[in-house]
Amino acid sequence: MTAFAEPAQSLARPSACPACDAAPLAEHLADLPKEARLMLAVPGIHCGGCISGVERALQVLPGVHDARVNLTLRRVAVEADLDVEVETLCAALEDAGFEAHELDPGVLAATEVDARGRALLMRLAVAIFAMMNVMLLSVAVWAGAEGVTRDMMHWISAAIAIPAVIFTGQPFYSSAFGALRAGRLNMDVPITLAIVLAVGTSLYETMLSGEHAYFDAAIALCTFLLAGRYLDHRTRAGARSAAQELAALEVPRALRIKGQGTETVGIAELSVGDLVRVLPGGRIPVDGRITEGATELDRSLMTGETLPAAIGLGDRVHAGEANLTGPITVEVLATGRETDLARITDLIAVAEAGRNNYTSLADAAAKLYAPGVHIISALAAIGWFIATMDLRVALNIAAAVLIITCPCALGLAVPAVTTAASARLFRKGLLIKSGTALERLAEVDTVVFDKTGTLTDGTPEPSGLSTLDSSAQRIALALALGSAHPLAIAVARGLEDLGVRPANVSGCEEKPGFGIEGIWNGTSVRLGRAAWVGADAEAVTATYLRIGDGAARAITFADTLRAGAEALVTGLQAEGKRVVLMSGDVEAAVQTFADRIGIDEVIAEARPDAKAKAVAAMAEGGAKVLMVGDGMNDTAALTVAYVSISPASALEAARAASDMVLTGRSLEPILEAMGTARAARRRIKENFGIASVYNLLAVPLAVAGLCSPLIAALAMSSSSLTVSLNALRLR
Amino acid sequence: MDVLGILIPVSLGLGAMGLSAFWWLLRKGQFDDPEGSAHRILRDDYDDRPK
Repeated sequence: MTAFAEPAQSLARPSACPACDAAPLAEHLADLPKEARLMLAVPGIHCGGCISGVERALQVLPGVHDARVNLTLRRVAVEADLDVEVETLCAALEDAGFEAHELDPGVLAATEVDARGRALLMRLAVAIFAMMNVMLLSVAVWAGAEGVTRDMMHWISAAIAIPAVIFTGQPFYSSAFGALRAGRLNMDVPITLAIVLAVGTSLYETMLSGEHAYFDAAIALCTFLLAGRYLDHRTRAGARSAAQELAALEVPRALRIKGQGTETVGIAELSVGDLVRVLPGGRIPVDGRITEGATELDRSLMTGETLPAAIGLGDRVHAGEANLTGPITVEVLATGRETDLARITDLIAVAEAGRNNYTSLADAAAKLYAPGVHIISALAAIGWFIATMDLRVALNIAAAVLIITCPCALGLAVPAVTTAASARLFRKGLLIKSGTALERLAEVDTVVFDKTGTLTDGTPEPSGLSTLDSSAQRIALALALGSAHPLAIAVARGLEDLGVRPANVSGCEEKPGFGIEGIWNGTSVRLGRAAWVGADAEAVTATYLRIGDGAARAITFADTLRAGAEALVTGLQAEGKRVVLMSGDVEAAVQTFADRIGIDEVIAEARPDAKAKAVAAMAEGGAKVLMVGDGMNDTAALTVAYVSISPASALEAARAASDMVLTGRSLEPILEAMGTARAARRRIKENFGIASVYNLLAVPLAVAGLCSPLIAALAMSSSSLTVSLNALRLR
Repeated sequence: MDVLGILIPVSLGLGAMGLSAFWWLLRKGQFDDPEGSAHRILRDDYDDRPK
């Protein structure tokens, strides 16, 4: 194949060169009306083949002009006509085998251009440029340049280094200044002081044509520290954009009733008193009251109960609940920030602010470090002044001590490790939202799982279908095919897998909130709720089939395990962690499930506050709890826990409350994440060890006045390099 | 030593060229998808309208 191979979908090219083809195409594009720019999240892609697969699948669709995958962000940007629906695009991708979700471009816009990151990168580039040139000149000095030549080298170094240091060091200066004004010491204070002293004494020495100038050290300091800052920023920006991406996953729209028809509007445009239509399969966008229709609601995200609740005229509904069977009209009582859902989210935000009292390893190190180096350098200066009565020598020594102790390695140690660890976990399907989450995850000894939607897929699987006789199977399939209710869909899929063909049932009609009925061979057949069919309800999730006057038969359901759930639980138990299953579901269902997956400790019928209390009680007993949950009923517990993880399918509030989010369907990355977290913690500590050893060796040299610029440069670079290389072992 | 008068400005000039090239690429968004670019270069179909 040549590099110019035709994309599979394009028409035969009229000319030989691709540019000639592109030209008329571009003209054609210019005539088109304004294009819609759509963003989709494609969490499953990971290689070059996926890029081609996604882009091809989208480009063949009518109305789509271009699709461009961003593999780093796992997103695809689509240029398409205004009438192209996102659902079509997602469906096309699902068909091609890629999981896809719509993203709200409005929410994403803020992260599109990362201005701070670019500014840092630019400063880093300037610093590297200046460092390389100053180093070249310094090498000449170290090689033995003397007299006028050396002075000239120093002057040129000064001319490059001083503006470069002023420009590139700004992030440190402003941060140090802010800290000093607030009466605190932070890592940037010694950094700033070291840079200022190094440049100041070097300039003074150069004017007096002295032997040593530390311009290279000052700019190298800026370079290494900026590299650390940039890495740190990238991890944090990654986490922030991840959070924003998750927020953008929910594109809040509603069907507002307008005259005879409906119009699609954003939730923000709704006001109290509006009438909103919610179709089966949709999620209720507002808090309100039903004014028309009846249906079943999936409230599992709010309450944790798997059984759908039947509701009708006048009943209250809440934002976040899923409508299952019938179309309903809802009168809006509260929107946006006023809904119960949003109110709980706000409460969590408040609780979260109180939670961030965890001191990271880096902060703990900085607290010891900053006063330490100042005291040593001040003592060295005083000592040398008393010994020689020469202020110039004393200042030179103080500068040398500050330069050589300056936390290049320390500034790189933590960001390099967390960047490597986050990148690795992101590839495995886990987003890290909080900066200290990895450090906390490493200490976990107890894991609490929610059941519905977390360990299970939240989609039920029918059991005992094969025990039905063949005509019952065929009738059940025919009826089930007529409904979008999750139980009906599960029954239909299960029967189709058994190779059953639908019976000839006529007049299939869905009664929202009850079930489906039809006529088969002149008798009425029904599939649906116990009371409607005329059966006694069982304790487990079930749907009921009745043929004519015969006895009703129950089709029971069990939750399907989420991919990787079993492996995760066994893995955790093998590591000696305490594993607890906690659910709002009824005792029997939870116990059955726990036996199936092999968890001994069970807390059933737990209300949201009970869940949070249970987690808090464990924490008081000294346990470091990892909570894994997905629903509204878990959010309080997620906030209380030491660390928390939620799957991408979770409710927005739950994802907002957790420290990490799984991007894929599988739970398995959690086990890997715990291993990575422990490794990361180990690396951070090792890096601190390396930095301390290097300081222990170098500081006496500096205090003794033996630290020439060459030694400073060597020591500084080698310690930064070791620390970065050590972090890279995590990848 | 006279040669330094030429070499130092030349080295600075080359460095500055590299720096401005980097700045231009940064503005053009060439560093927005490093992972994807690494895979795209191995692709068979010609990517004739990159954004």
